[in-house]
Amino acid sequence: MPKVKIPRKSTFIDMTAMVDMGFLLVTFFMLATKFRPDEPVQVVLPSSTLTMPIPDKDLITITVSKDGRIFLGMDNPKNMEDMLDGFIKDFAPDIKLTDEERKKFSLQSSFGVPAKELAEWIKLEPDEMRKKQAGIKWDSIPEKNELFFWMWNARKASPRSQIALKADGETNYPIIKEVIQVLTNKTIQGHRFQMITSQEENRMASSSKKNK
Amino acid sequence: MADIESSGGGGKHKGKKKGKKLSTRIDMTPMVDLAFLLVTFFMLATTMAKPSALEVTMPTDEKPVEDITIPESKSMTLILGKDDQIFWYMGMLKKDPDISKTTFGPEKIRKVLKAKQIEVRNIILPKVKSQEIVILIKPMKDSKYRNLVDILDEFEICGIKQFAVVDFQTDDQVNLKKKGFVE
Repeated sequence: MPKVKIPRKSTFIDMTAMVDMGFLLVTFFMLATKFRPDEPVQVVLPSSTLTMPIPDKDLITITVSKDGRIFLGMDNPKNMEDMLDGFIKDFAPDIKLTDEERKKFSLQSSFGVPAKELAEWIKLEPDEMRKKQAGIKWDSIPEKNELFFWMWNARKASPRSQIALKADGETNYPIIKEVIQVLTNKTIQGHRFQMITSQEENRMASSSKKNK
Repeated sequence: MADIESSGGGGKHKGKKKGKKLSTRIDMTPMVDLAFLLVTFFMLATTMAKPSALEVTMPTDEKPVEDITIPESKSMTLILGKDDQIFWYMGMLKKDPDISKTTFGPEKIRKVLKAKQIEVRNIILPKVKSQEIVILIKPMKDSKYRNLVDILDEFEICGIKQFAVVDFQTDDQVNLKKKGFVE
């Protein structure tokens, strides 16, 4: 074997451009996105071809998980607090919460606990709180229907809010029917609401335009 | 992307001994690592997508749907069953309806909806204000939420604006059983 010494030149790549790009990406993400809110439950949304953006402010969100648990959330902590106060006054006057606990409640993005578990639940650590939520109770007897009282107070706290229903596609229909029933109640006047869906590609977009 | 040799050229040019020009070469690799770590963090912890929504208006419970007179020939009943099945027949709840079975899809339910919509538009009833079809949706217990969303979606695509979601009755169950669609 001939002794050919291949001159080895070490290659140094100038990383400046790479760094620039990296920080541009970071800046983009910092400005264009919002932190995903801490949801109590993961929901797989059904898809639909329509695109109507949901409002950021003044929104009441009803989340229904696949196993039928109902959660309620409002976008504004003040509204959450008002709803809580109203609910306790209307439905469970013997629940006494400290100011700190009420503040803790208002900072949640959504919650879903039956009234009798409310006082204990609010005292838990945040991790525990997220896990131990059995969902808001619905009852066919109007006086015991906690969902109705929560919704009513949500409406009172923020009359201009729109209502959005965020349910898992695989949720069985009966629980949805219960939620819709509460919404169409004449006291709540929630019969115009939005169903949050994931974006589906527009099937037969041309024909849909023809039919309008 | 070669490195800029800042010291080599200068040395060759002048023969004189010059003070050594120190080449500053910063190794940017950790900086890049950091930048990409930050990008990954933001990618995972944030959301860009604004979820879209389907606007729906349900009738309030002030006046029940049955009281509103819907002409039989302009109405259609759509039953949502399990496993994405759709059972439909023209008219409202009656004794022995002619139930057909279909499912979701552009060639299936959408075709049916469009055909019936046109048929109904051609029936001119003198005293009736609107010539549009009215559809009653009856979801069964074992249908899923996404079935309801999909059917409302189909309505929007076809331009059907008059519909109502009503309860599935025992008579409906009996009718389906007779046709052999359910046990």
